[in-house]
Amino acid sequence: MTSAIEARRLDVGYGGRHSAVKVLTGLDLTVAAGSFLSILGPSGCGKSTLLRVVADLLDPLGGTISVLGDTPHAVRSRRDVGFVFQDSTLLPWRSVRDNVRLPLGVGQGSLTRQIEDRSDELLELMGLGGFGERLPHQLSGGQRQRVAIARALLGQPKLLLMDEPFGALDEITRDRLNDELLALWRRSGTTILFVTHSIAEAAYLGERVIVLAANPGRLVKDLDMRPFKQDGNRCSREDPAIVAAMAELRKALELAS
Amino acid sequence: MRQEPLPPTLAIALPVLGAASILLAWQFLLPWLGVPAYIVPTPTAILSVFQKSYPLLLGNLWPTLIEALAGFVIGNLAAVVLAVLFVHNRVLQAAYFPIVLFFNTIPILALSPIILLIFGLGMTPKIVIAAVICFFPTLVNMIRGLGSASSNEHELFRVLSATRWEVFWSLRLPRALPMLFSSLRIASATAVIGAIVGEWIGSDKGLGALIIQASFNYQSDRLYAAIVLSSGLSIVLFCLVVLIERRAIRY
Repeated sequence: MTSAIEARRLDVGYGGRHSAVKVLTGLDLTVAAGSFLSILGPSGCGKSTLLRVVADLLDPLGGTISVLGDTPHAVRSRRDVGFVFQDSTLLPWRSVRDNVRLPLGVGQGSLTRQIEDRSDELLELMGLGGFGERLPHQLSGGQRQRVAIARALLGQPKLLLMDEPFGALDEITRDRLNDELLALWRRSGTTILFVTHSIAEAAYLGERVIVLAANPGRLVKDLDMRPFKQDGNRCSREDPAIVAAMAELRKALELAS
Repeated sequence: MRQEPLPPTLAIALPVLGAASILLAWQFLLPWLGVPAYIVPTPTAILSVFQKSYPLLLGNLWPTLIEALAGFVIGNLAAVVLAVLFVHNRVLQAAYFPIVLFFNTIPILALSPIILLIFGLGMTPKIVIAAVICFFPTLVNMIRGLGSASSNEHELFRVLSATRWEVFWSLRLPRALPMLFSSLRIASATAVIGAIVGEWIGSDKGLGALIIQASFNYQSDRLYAAIVLSSGLSIVLFCLVVLIERRAIRY
């Protein structure tokens, strides 16, 4: 299996190379293509910052990183990466459909491949078939996040980065969106990096869960979840094996905090 | 404790009744109290000026309307253009924004004679004064508005490899519109004030000139009529801005 991400002795942080604040140090990480990786960790451990380096929103301070066998910049320019933020980041003046179609309207100059307008198909897929003409403020929090996911998927990215996308939602909506996301992932074969604060969410979604510690940010636990799950990354939230894995992750997280 | 909102009929009727009570008191109470008509003429006396001197009032309304409107457009347009330049060039903003703010502290009444000296006695100095008075609030609001997109929104556009132009057109500008329109609402009233101040200082045409002439000649009914007309002009401009705002901002 080829790897989607290869990071070696990666240092990430903010500021220039000389006056930098290091958030994450010496990270070695390989993520298999098509896999679902959950990233857990306390605030300030650098999990969101790591996503920003992968998305070419931030340059690493040191070490090397290759994304889909190329530089993060090349991958971003090819539109092979989609990003979903914690707040849906929908533009309030655009209709739901026009928000999903945003990738068609901007950044086309640097693009070599043609992006199809699949907005209606994606809205249908996300259960928002009749909502295309609505404005974002007319939707619930869960619906807004569905629109944000549809927008991220429009360019059919090979890599989807999700930064606590369901963190602000109620538990029932969050569980439902978790299932929808897994179904999408199984269908698309996209590699997903999913940052979350929730142990249950990380364990339920991830084929693999990594735990990062803060001060200094570093990798402290790397748990393969496949032995705890059935084929296709399927499991029940109450499954004793999953509950045991969650306990293991909680222990690592407690040590990391 | 939060009060219950008024029923819709009362919400409309009460302000109408309030205005009517003041007009009635103005019409009957003030003369009865012995307030002379050369200080406060009655509403009916002011209304009769509109009937008698309709051509005079209209003749003086046009110059003020043109000056206020031209000042409004030029002042706000200049502010928007400069705000766009400032937002895209930090060096320019750091060098000149404090100087622009300093100019804002000069009272418009003190600046007006200089503007008159430069531009003479025609309509131009009045348009310039109206433009100057509109310029500063719009500049400050527009700079804030253009910078009001969240860091996540900027990151979203970066992930999509948007160009600077696309970020401006699809993110910064729509984000700035609510703040732009709130300053345009203020400017709709201040543009009229600017035009009238200009006319006070050196003009024989326009509502400002009419106000000065009427007060010198103790024609207080005409003075009040000119005041009502200038206030009406501001209200019409304000409503126009609100109308455009409702079409431009749907959310």
